[in-house]
Amino acid sequence: MLDKNGIAKRIAKEVKDGYYVNLGIGIPTLVANYVRNDIEVEFQSENGVLGMGPFPFEGEEDADVINAGKQTITTLPGASFFDSATSFSMIRGQHVDLTILGAMEVAENGDIANWKIPGKMVKGMGGAMDLVASAENIIVAMMHTNKKGESKLLKKCSLPLTGVGCVKKIVTNMAVLEVTKNGFKLLERAPGVSVDDIKNATEGVLLVEGEIPEMVL
Amino acid sequence: MIVKKVANVSEALQGVQDNMTFMFGGFGLSGIAENSIAELVKIGVSGLTCISNNAGVDDFGLGLLLQQKQIKKMISSYVGENDEFERQMLTGELEVDLIPQGTLAERCRAAQAGIPAFYTPAGYGTEVAEGKETRDFNGKMHLLEYAFKADFGFVKAWKGDTAGNLIFKGTARNFNPNMCGAAKITVAEVEELVPAGELDPNQIHIPGILVNRIFQGEVYEKRIEQRTVRQRD
Repeated sequence: MLDKNGIAKRIAKEVKDGYYVNLGIGIPTLVANYVRNDIEVEFQSENGVLGMGPFPFEGEEDADVINAGKQTITTLPGASFFDSATSFSMIRGQHVDLTILGAMEVAENGDIANWKIPGKMVKGMGGAMDLVASAENIIVAMMHTNKKGESKLLKKCSLPLTGVGCVKKIVTNMAVLEVTKNGFKLLERAPGVSVDDIKNATEGVLLVEGEIPEMVL
Repeated sequence: MIVKKVANVSEALQGVQDNMTFMFGGFGLSGIAENSIAELVKIGVSGLTCISNNAGVDDFGLGLLLQQKQIKKMISSYVGENDEFERQMLTGELEVDLIPQGTLAERCRAAQAGIPAFYTPAGYGTEVAEGKETRDFNGKMHLLEYAFKADFGFVKAWKGDTAGNLIFKGTARNFNPNMCGAAKITVAEVEELVPAGELDPNQIHIPGILVNRIFQGEVYEKRIEQRTVRQRD
């Protein structure tokens, strides 16, 4: 079973040379720590920066340079700043190659819910609906089950949707899965996790074809 | 040269009234019109509809207007870094319309550009789509979204000149340029206001035609919401 950093490490392998990548808040943010340093990647933050770098050193924080999580950041050589409409032109216009975001639930048809729990304080969708509606290549980073141990990979989402039929790939603490017409196709197992463990933790249709390899991290 | 400079924030906000719709630039607390917000608190206008990506924190940004119960409705993409906001929302004192961030930006840009409405895929199949016209383009479903209509837009830039030309800094740019010229009256406040001719025309982000009034803010706190740093090796 992986921890959050393990999930981030596995997803980092999906980041290819020359990619522009948008990282959501939470586990996705950690992915930046594990991207190979022999490839060129630029991180986009929807509040208007491309070419995000690490957090600043103490004393070098700038209130005018933050990420979408409102954290102070730095920029790397080649970075640029732009307005919000331009930022979402990049997203909606499919100029961003890869979007990595967290989720509360994913359905076997690729529906995703990650913005609202009815009856609880609703904070809003931010840019998530724009991202999932337009991105060609979306990877969801999440735990396989919720805190109660219930599956987050469902036949149908129970929470209000963020987008329909948009998730292509999911990396959890237990497995790597692809969303297909017929359900969740199991691609890889996390170290120490069996196919049966994954079956038991997946409510939606799970397709298991042949031997399922263990993840290489 | 057409002069957009006004003497101070008080002159810049001439004409604001109860029950108006305002646009506010800023992302979190970055790039917010601090001086205009402070003046609105002072004037005490209420029943306001505010279009802003976020709603500030308890004691800063739009949180200051919330504290005084001046806001009737918020149109935002992400809120709730703010206890007073949550309280007013749960008691129904405050109406909240949550919309996707890209749609919010584009509804500003559309208003600026004289485009009455546009189609976007964001929110299709979700509760955001309820009651909205939908249409298939190239095999993909889209929602019809309308340009905003607002009385005043309050934006903040880094530098400006007396002709109303603006230059933004870093991610404090965000929604500010998209809101210029998107309301009936655009009020720009800047950290540094210089005479026309001092800014390089090649470097202007927003031309003065989209700004009605400009003034230099007296003080900028520029509060950081999430101070994150790394250790030196």
